This record gives sequence, structure tokens and C-alpha cells, in this order.
Amino acid sequence: MEAHAATLPRERRETAGSRVWKWLKRNAIVIYGGLAIAYMLIPIALIIVFSFNDPAGKFNFTWQGFTLSHWAHPFQISELTDALMLSLRLALLATLISTVLGTMIALALVRYDFLGRRASNYLIVIPTATPEVVLGASLLSMFLIYGLSLGFTTLLIAHVMFCISFVVIVVRSRLIGFDRSLEEAAQDLGADPFTTFRKVTMPLIWPGIIAGAMLAFALSIDDFVVSNFTAGTEVTFPLYIFGAAQRGIPVQVYIIATMLFSITVIAMVFTVLQQRRADRLASVRPEQEV
Amino acid sequence: MREQRLVDLRRRLIPYFLLGPGILWLILFFVVPMYFMARLSLDTGIFPEFRFNWQFSNYSDALSAYDTQFFRAFQYSAAATVIGLLIAYPLAYAIAFRGGRWKNAMLLAVIAPFFTTYLIRTLAWETILSDNGFVVHTLQTLGLVSENGRVLATSGAVIAGLTYNFLPFMILPIYASLERLDTSLVEAAKDLYASSRQAFLRVTLPLSMPGVVAGTLLTFIPATGDYVNAQFLGGAQQAMIGNVIQSLYLKQTDYPSAAALSFTLMAVMLLIVFIYIRIAGSEALMGEEIGGADVIE
Repeated sequence: MEAHAATLPRERRETAGSRVWKWLKRNAIVIYGGLAIAYMLIPIALIIVFSFNDPAGKFNFTWQGFTLSHWAHPFQISELTDALMLSLRLALLATLISTVLGTMIALALVRYDFLGRRASNYLIVIPTATPEVVLGASLLSMFLIYGLSLGFTTLLIAHVMFCISFVVIVVRSRLIGFDRSLEEAAQDLGADPFTTFRKVTMPLIWPGIIAGAMLAFALSIDDFVVSNFTAGTEVTFPLYIFGAAQRGIPVQVYIIATMLFSITVIAMVFTVLQQRRADRLASVRPEQEV
Repeated sequence: MREQRLVDLRRRLIPYFLLGPGILWLILFFVVPMYFMARLSLDTGIFPEFRFNWQFSNYSDALSAYDTQFFRAFQYSAAATVIGLLIAYPLAYAIAFRGGRWKNAMLLAVIAPFFTTYLIRTLAWETILSDNGFVVHTLQTLGLVSENGRVLATSGAVIAGLTYNFLPFMILPIYASLERLDTSLVEAAKDLYASSRQAFLRVTLPLSMPGVVAGTLLTFIPATGDYVNAQFLGGAQQAMIGNVIQSLYLKQTDYPSAAALSFTLMAVMLLIVFIYIRIAGSEALMGEEIGGADVIE
């Protein structure tokens, strides 16, 4: 009787322990994933927090105290604002050009078999397998030999060059799953090639083009290495930060980073919600089980 | 008859018309610059007077002067790639198969670093790891770092920075390949009495290899040429080949040496990529996915 009473709680403790162990084992990957995500978000949290810092000296490295005074004047530093505007202008133009050129290449590669297709494929992949520092260095070599003065034009040339390949890769992935019979159906119904392209092809590959354009924009606005070689005296946003890192980063850099981050996140969330709403409205069929 | 031939000709010319402008851009601003860099790497002279001279000794001179930085770049980026893979694969797996209704939020968190500038992220790490910061204090208290020890300006800091900065490029392709994986194959393996472990090793992992190949390449290539992390998080002792090339080009104007080093870096990189693809399969690079397009849509 006594022995029985003694073993019972021990057994129960064991089962509780093993249950926790089992739960841990089953959810280990989720816990690990959660930690990995926390790791990815730590620097972003720091950027947001430090945008409210009130640094004593010129280095915004230690927490000194909360203030909103810098947020009241986010665009106070004109060099920083100019750099940001230059980056936006450059990224928009580079995105536009590289998206058009890249989409055309992707269409040619997926839809047609022609002499030089393989060579073109290599020409598109090799730049993505080349370290950025080499891309920048080789362009600078050419500009030096031609005696071309560096500036906005050379920046644009460089940015379009490294964006094209990525646009091609993204748009091509969309085109590969494309159902050609939809186009044939349109043609059978009397649509001419141009109308077919406008009314059938474009709407279907549009998400791919948008994805390619977004990637190009992100690559361009974030580029430091290639810009460092091709900018001359022009100062883009990343170049400004690089220069300021030696002199001391003004709080405004963190504020603008926080703004850009928030705008992008809100836009992303909004797009996803819109998409879901559109999907729900468009679905004629009853919702499938999730 | 003639009209038919004209239509045929037009049809055959369409791909070249589509391809033309973009390919021309790549030839003019990728291939041609490579030629000029190759030429510059064989020049002799001191800025601004360079003469083409077939000076092959530029290569051996530059490589023997900077071999440490050259090998260090490959070591650091290999370390960052391996650590990145160890972090990214389980995370991608968790998002793809265990994400549930949190899937989109988790994906958003993965690409969130893209929404802040690369340099600012690295600066944030510099702040986190700075000498009087919380991390260093904790490590000192735990005795993992000596009393006056630092985390910044160590190889660990540079590798950590490289790992962090290229992690989304590792996660997204792996996620994309896991996401499109046909889970009924895993169920079939289990029906045939495979343990979870066997099912993972024999079914899931091989099927996700294209994502792993793409992710490792998208991490390894940019990490090797990177010089921002070594600059902000490391010191002179952690300089990588990118720092050397950058400094030779932009500060010391020793163009021939810089060009020789860039050219060697590119050649070695292409060779590694080529061998790697031969071993691991090529669909990741030549095929459809590299940037995790599915996620950005």
C-alpha cells in the first residue's frame, strides 16, 4: 500500500515530463523557426528604437534617452534627403528599363527556339554568378579607358545591367507554367496577335512582371557596391550612409529607414489583404477545406 | 508563296527583336567591360599613365601580396553559407509545413530585412555588437569573452554579419522548393514504412535540393565579394578580397593590380559555381527559380 502510494506520483511526474519532452520534440522545428525569425528581426527592432534616441555626440551607438525631436524634422539634413531622392529617381528609371528589357528577353527565351538561345541563357546567368565588386570594377575599367565622366548616366547603366538578369529569371519562372492553349483559344475566337497579347498574355504574366520589377527596384535602391565604383561624385542613399558611418550617423538615417520600412510593410500587408478579398469575391466555387 | 516566306522570316526574327535590346545592354556593359578589365590587368605604369604590355606578372604579384585576403574571403563566405543553411532550412521547413495561418506573417518577417537598407542593417549589427553594448557585456559576464575582449573586429563578427545579410536569399529558394513539394510523396514513403527521418532524408531533402543549390549560390557568391561587413564589423585583420579591390581601385588607383585581382576572383568564382552545379544539378541556376519569385508576388 505504502509502496504503491510512493510510486504513483513518480509515475505521474514521469508522464508529465515525457509529455513536455514529446511536445518539445514535436514542436522543435517551430521553436527553432521562431528563434530564427527573432534573429532576423533584431536589427530592424534596433533601427526603429534608435530612431527615437537622443544621442549625446555624433555617434548613435548607445541609448541615451527617448526623444521625438528628430522625428519632427526627418528631412532636416539636406544631403541625406538629396541622396534619398537620387536613389529613388535612379531606382525607378532602372526598374522601368530593366523590367521592359528583361520581360522581352524572358518572352524570347521561353517561347522561341532560335540560334543563340543557349548562349543568351549563359549571358543572363553569368552576371548573377559574378561578385558585385567585379561588376563594379569592370565597368569602372571601361569608363576609365573611355575617359567617360562618372555620374547619373554611369550609375543608371550599371543598375540596369545588374537588374536585367534577375528580371529575366523571375518573369521566366512565371512564363514556364503558362498555358498556351488560352492564347490559341483567343486566336481561334478571332483575336489578332496584338489583341491576344494585350488581353490574354499580359494579364496572366503581369504578376511575374510586377515581381520582377519589385526585385529590380529593391536591388537598385539598396545597391552599394556597384554604385561605389560608378557614382563619381553623385551620392546615393547607401553611399551617403557609407560616408556618414565614418563621420557619425545622424538619427535621421534611422528615421528615414524606419519610414521606408513601415511604408513597405503597410503596402505589403495591404496588397495581401486586397488580393485575399479579390480572391474571395472571384471564387465562384465554395471555399475548399484549408 | 512569297508572302508565306515573308511571314516565316518575320516569325524567325521575332525572338531576336525581343532579345536584342536587353542582350545588347548586357554585351555592352557586362562583356565589353570584362575585356577592358582584362586589358587593364596586363598594363604597366603608374596612375594616370598606363600602357598595355602583356604584363602577366601583375597577377602573380597581386596574388602573392593579397593571398591572405583572397583565401579569407572564401573561408568567411563558406562559413556564412554553411551557417546560413543550418538556420534557413529548418526555418523554411517550419514555414512551409508548420506555418498554418502564420505562414504569410512569417514570410513577411523573412523578407523584412529587404525593406531596410543593407548598410543600415550592418550598422545596426555594429551597434548591437559594439564594445559597450549589451551583447558584449553578457558575453563578458559569462566569461565567453575576456574582460576587455571585443566582438567587433573578430572573424566571428564578420561571418555573423555575412550570414545575417544574405539569409533571406537562402531561405526564399528553399521555401519555394519545399512549398511546391508534393506532400503525398512523403505520405507514400511513410505508408511504405519509412520512418519520419528516412522519409525526410530520402524524399523531402532530395526534392528540395534545387532550392538548397540556389540558396547556397545566392549566399556564397555575393558574400565572397562583399566588403561592407568586413569594413563595418571587422578590422584591418579581417579585410577580405573585396576590401582590397575596392581600395586599390578607388583609393590607391593601382588599377592593374586591382583588375588582376577582380579577374582572378571572377574566374575562381565561375569555376566553383560550375563544379558545384555539375555535382548538385543545374536546374536551380538555368531553370526556373533563383530569387524566390513566388514569395514576392
